[in-house]
Amino acid sequence: MNLFFINQGVGSLAAFALLAAPLMANELHVGSDRTHKTISSALAAASTNDTIVVHAGRYAEGTLVINKTLSLIGNDSPVLDGKSKDEVLTIIAPNVSVRGFRIENGGRSSTKELAGIRVDSTTGFSLTDNQLINCDYAIYLAKASKGDVTRNVIQGLTDQEQNSGNGIHLWSSNAVRITDNKVSGHRDGIYLEFSSETNVEENQVEKNMRYGMHFMSSNNSHYRKNRFSRNGAGVAVMFSHHVEMTDNVFDYSWGSSAYGLLIKDLVDSHITGNRFHHNSTAIYSQGATRTLFERNEFKANGWALRVLSNGMENVFRNNNFVGNSFDVGTNGDLKDHTFADNYWDRYEGYDLKHDGTGDVPFRPVGVYSMVTERVPASLFLMHSFMVQLLDRAEKAFPSITPDSVIDPSPAMKPIAL
Amino acid sequence: MTPRIIKHVLRDILRSRIAVAYTLFLFVAAMGLFNIGGDVSKGLVSILSVVLMIVPLMSLVFATIHFYNSYEFIELLSAQPLERRTILLGEYFGVATALSAAFLIGIGVPVLLYDRSTTGACIIAAGLLLTFVFVAIAFLGAVCTRDKARGMGVALLLWFFFALLFDGIVLFILFTFQDYPLEKATIALVALNPIDLARTFVLLQMDVSALMGMTGAVMQEFLGTALGVSYTLGVLMLWVIAPLLLALRVFRRKDL
Repeated sequence: MNLFFINQGVGSLAAFALLAAPLMANELHVGSDRTHKTISSALAAASTNDTIVVHAGRYAEGTLVINKTLSLIGNDSPVLDGKSKDEVLTIIAPNVSVRGFRIENGGRSSTKELAGIRVDSTTGFSLTDNQLINCDYAIYLAKASKGDVTRNVIQGLTDQEQNSGNGIHLWSSNAVRITDNKVSGHRDGIYLEFSSETNVEENQVEKNMRYGMHFMSSNNSHYRKNRFSRNGAGVAVMFSHHVEMTDNVFDYSWGSSAYGLLIKDLVDSHITGNRFHHNSTAIYSQGATRTLFERNEFKANGWALRVLSNGMENVFRNNNFVGNSFDVGTNGDLKDHTFADNYWDRYEGYDLKHDGTGDVPFRPVGVYSMVTERVPASLFLMHSFMVQLLDRAEKAFPSITPDSVIDPSPAMKPIAL
Repeated sequence: MTPRIIKHVLRDILRSRIAVAYTLFLFVAAMGLFNIGGDVSKGLVSILSVVLMIVPLMSLVFATIHFYNSYEFIELLSAQPLERRTILLGEYFGVATALSAAFLIGIGVPVLLYDRSTTGACIIAAGLLLTFVFVAIAFLGAVCTRDKARGMGVALLLWFFFALLFDGIVLFILFTFQDYPLEKATIALVALNPIDLARTFVLLQMDVSALMGMTGAVMQEFLGTALGVSYTLGVLMLWVIAPLLLALRVFRRKDL
């Protein structure tokens, strides 16, 4: 605003200001044929608000600590090598940005949590366009708030859960935006603990050993348009409230304890517009309360929903259930839960009034799904004539299945999402 | 000599029009199921049920009737300088080919039209294998029984056993012994029933998400690798070969 005013007013002063700007914030160059041969010497020489440009090359300088506000920019993806023993970058100053590096072989330790990039007790950071390959923890934010983590590619290479850290790890870090990153091969792709007001958007989180995203005691957060694919479990949300999950894709979480979305004590949250397909269990919900599940698509999952009866007042509305082996499984009667206006491909009712809603209610819990809860081996009898008879008989004379799990107004056609 | 007998049997079957009716029935049923369901995956589940019920029943009943109806023809052939092996194999492949062709047109065409997934292909493969299995079982039953009515009874009983009774027994066993590790036992039990084998073969495609939810290393390996597919297909092949060899053995010594 100031500069604009001067520009308008006094021409010569404007020219001076433009010339002066690069003088006030210096640009330091690091490279084999540049002023600074090492990044550490440039870091020592730099003053606040400087920009350090690191040119292509391989740098293994132990741990680099950034304790001044500055921008560290990689030109042609220079490699920072931690030689598997050191933490690579530690940021302790406010408003630091790091862009365009390739960070390899971060240190591993059984006593400390070493990271590719650690941001510790500060605010206003921005980590953009970096690649972090084979680090224990890739990006570690501890008490680091109001920052951006954008377009990073993070690949862990270990295959042992106990020996691996998380891709993007947040602890007590509020108001962080995590956008458009690719995370794979870590224990948890994205890990949030005591980190509220977080925005996680458009990330691709794949093939992590435990969870794609692990979300604990992190309230008032949003995550949108992410894809969680082939992880041990897609997302685990625990002990949180006011969480919004919108338009995410959860797929191919396969295994005996693999879930697209695992919920443990989630309160007052909205789960809307997500697509769950090819998971052993799409949503496993334990202790969810006052949570709305709306306009989600459940397709080709083993179980679309497994809802334990220790939750309260959850609402399942306008969802599509298509081609799942089982639609709903539960261990109780889900008395205060509401199912309404969902599309169930198993529904066989009619719509004489032609209002798009079935005239007879739908009971999504079949007797065979209760049998498989008790004897999992009986899954081998799925689609057999015997099992169909069993389900038919139960439909005609309900005695085992809970009659409180009922959709009084099932949709006749799939809901447009 | 066998191909000439097969040709003759095929012509004979086509003239009887039952095979044509079977084709039409399968075709109409499959088209209907795809259209009524509105959703292709739902249609596939229903088609699987039809295949698992109708194909064994039709194969058993049709092959049995055919065998008794061509009894005189078989007697005539036996009077020629022909090996009995050749005669029976000719009859077997004639019937099995006719029914397979009917199945391939009746179910294969609608599946090709509506759904070109691996699951669809698996259902077709399962149906074809079931046809060969149950025609073989029918021939075994028929060569063992001289009386036509009894032979039909045997065929229907066999169908009832494999299609319904067996799964009931399995369910009962699983329930009774639910406190024991049942993984290997379940996989072994499946092998005793060709319909279950075919069903499991399709399940490995269609419901693998749910099946992967089962615990245990044995299951994980069986389901997660090509092992499950090769196991089910391999044992199904055995189910073709074993009854056929047995039937040949009985037929060779049979006093016609």
